[in-house]
Amino acid sequence: MEKIMLKLENKIFKNLYNEYGWELENAIKRDDWKDTKNLISKGREWIINEVKTSELRGRGGAGFSTGLKWSFAPKEVGSRPHYLVINADESEPGTCKDRDILRFEPQKLIEGCLIAGFAVNAHICYIYIRGEYFNEGKRLQEAIDQAYKKNYLGKNACGSGWDFDIFIHYGAGAYICGEETALLESIEGNKGQPRLKPPFPALVGLYGCPTIVNNVETIAVVPTILRRGGKWFASIGKSKNTGTKIFCISGNVNSPCNVEEEMGIPLKDLIEKHAGGVVGGWDNLQAVIPGGSSMPLLSKEICDTITMDFDSLIKNKSGLGTAGIVVINKDQDIVACMARIARFYKHESCGQCTPCREGAGWMWRILDRVAKRKATFNDINLLSDVTKQIEGHTICAFGEGSAWPVQGLLRHFRKEIESRCRDEPLIKKKINNPYLVDQHLLENKNA
Amino acid sequence: MSLKKVHDNQPKEFKFTDGNLKKAEEILKRYPEKNKKSAVMPFLYLAQKQNSNWIPLAAMKYIAKFLSMPYISVYEVATFYSMYNLAPVGKHFIQVCTTTPCLIRGADKIVKLCKEKISPNENEISQKGSCSWMEVECLGACVSAPMIQINDDYYEDLDEKSTIEILDSLIKDKPLKPGSYRGRNNTAPEKKPTINGENHA
Repeated sequence: MEKIMLKLENKIFKNLYNEYGWELENAIKRDDWKDTKNLISKGREWIINEVKTSELRGRGGAGFSTGLKWSFAPKEVGSRPHYLVINADESEPGTCKDRDILRFEPQKLIEGCLIAGFAVNAHICYIYIRGEYFNEGKRLQEAIDQAYKKNYLGKNACGSGWDFDIFIHYGAGAYICGEETALLESIEGNKGQPRLKPPFPALVGLYGCPTIVNNVETIAVVPTILRRGGKWFASIGKSKNTGTKIFCISGNVNSPCNVEEEMGIPLKDLIEKHAGGVVGGWDNLQAVIPGGSSMPLLSKEICDTITMDFDSLIKNKSGLGTAGIVVINKDQDIVACMARIARFYKHESCGQCTPCREGAGWMWRILDRVAKRKATFNDINLLSDVTKQIEGHTICAFGEGSAWPVQGLLRHFRKEIESRCRDEPLIKKKINNPYLVDQHLLENKNA
Repeated sequence: MSLKKVHDNQPKEFKFTDGNLKKAEEILKRYPEKNKKSAVMPFLYLAQKQNSNWIPLAAMKYIAKFLSMPYISVYEVATFYSMYNLAPVGKHFIQVCTTTPCLIRGADKIVKLCKEKISPNENEISQKGSCSWMEVECLGACVSAPMIQINDDYYEDLDEKSTIEILDSLIKDKPLKPGSYRGRNNTAPEKKPTINGENHA
């Protein structure tokens, strides 16, 4: 069993808990900024190829190949400048990994920004931090200032001959701004509503210029990959699901924590070895949300054997997402838990596409009824239908993100839901709705 | 999408202080000159800080003029994002995370305490100590659940006892320190896990 645990020497984020200090001089002791100039001098092709060799997949949820994404940026800079944008709008319920990188490993991110910026021909980088992470943003700014002082950033950054500046842009409490095009809209000073794709940001992004958007964790692992080689990274984990990953284990575990582990570690090991086990023992486990609230939950039978990587979770009709693991034990009301997640999506829908804006509210109201034992059997089919109507009919993946968890609940806990429902009443109460109604105003009356 | 009602009593005028004007000029330097509009979000934050944590309509008009953009575009941004307060909030503004990871560790108990100690309804400024509270969606500190945010700071690993202490300290206007209330080291696993089956918070 011990073999599965990630060796200390293979850990990338050695200061995840701030045991060794976040400041630049301490970061240098952990090999940050070592040979950066040399790495950059090997050229764009080499950097992108090395990242491709590592098989690094984006850590923000979609799991897209990072090297491939970078190669989409135009090779030559045309009339429009290129931008690098870092997505630090971490708001997926169950996820809090980027927060620790911003607080305790900021230099890894900053160095990664410089290298990635060089690789995609960008001189300017915006880091979009969620507004609630005010203190984390302040910390990152301090770290950026320290890097400027050492000439690691600015004109001829780190002696590489590349000019590079980093600016922080705060969000203001909109979950949807974690979607890359909504994030770009937000930086441009608009409300965060996603754009139609294509064109993809790599060609038409921020201010209409080629833009590469990456998650914090993705960028922060890049310097280590280049220093130790893409092959090293690819040797950890499973093929196509390589490297290490920060897992956030929250919910009904004895010792909730963030931990960096190998991709493809069994979920049971993660929960029992790192998070102190399920409260009440493994048999008290009811369900696990494996990758942030957007990913369908897993029943206990699946949790017994599942490994935590992109492909095996997709096989089980879920996904790794952000690797925010929420453990729910049998003391919890599973329907109420999912109803609360549905309420989250209802609150956070940006309102652009009708299926999502209205459907998210429908799903919440129906689940709320089920939780309160006021729903009928017809409601179950209606709920299932609503999720299908949302899925695939919206501009961005928020639609899927809100519909999938409900589908997961229906898949694994249909019996539980049915046990709370009753038949349609024989005599229906007549609700006298006007022909033109405002759903939001009627919400409570009709719920 | 959050539905917000603007405050009834609006000040007639708003202007950045000299200090904030300087900050505003610094902010503008971050964005390309023809994309001044990008500064609208940081400017709204400046206005909110200056005006005891809420944004009056006059400030939106002022910012619109400053960035040469339509007033309605500023209004649109200010109403879209939930962190812009369009009505006064307490000096100690308590945001209780109640999304599922916090909920299953007892966030509802914290909400109950806020109702008892601060005010029966959300977004009402308390009589004593000028506090107000509201429920918010995931604050991104799930492994430290349940947690609350007071102004800019996170208070983590709470239970009923520590929440009462924190709320009392706010009412007395002597806020306790932010951070973990189980004495843990950031997000590291604890050496002494809580006893199996014991309820949290």
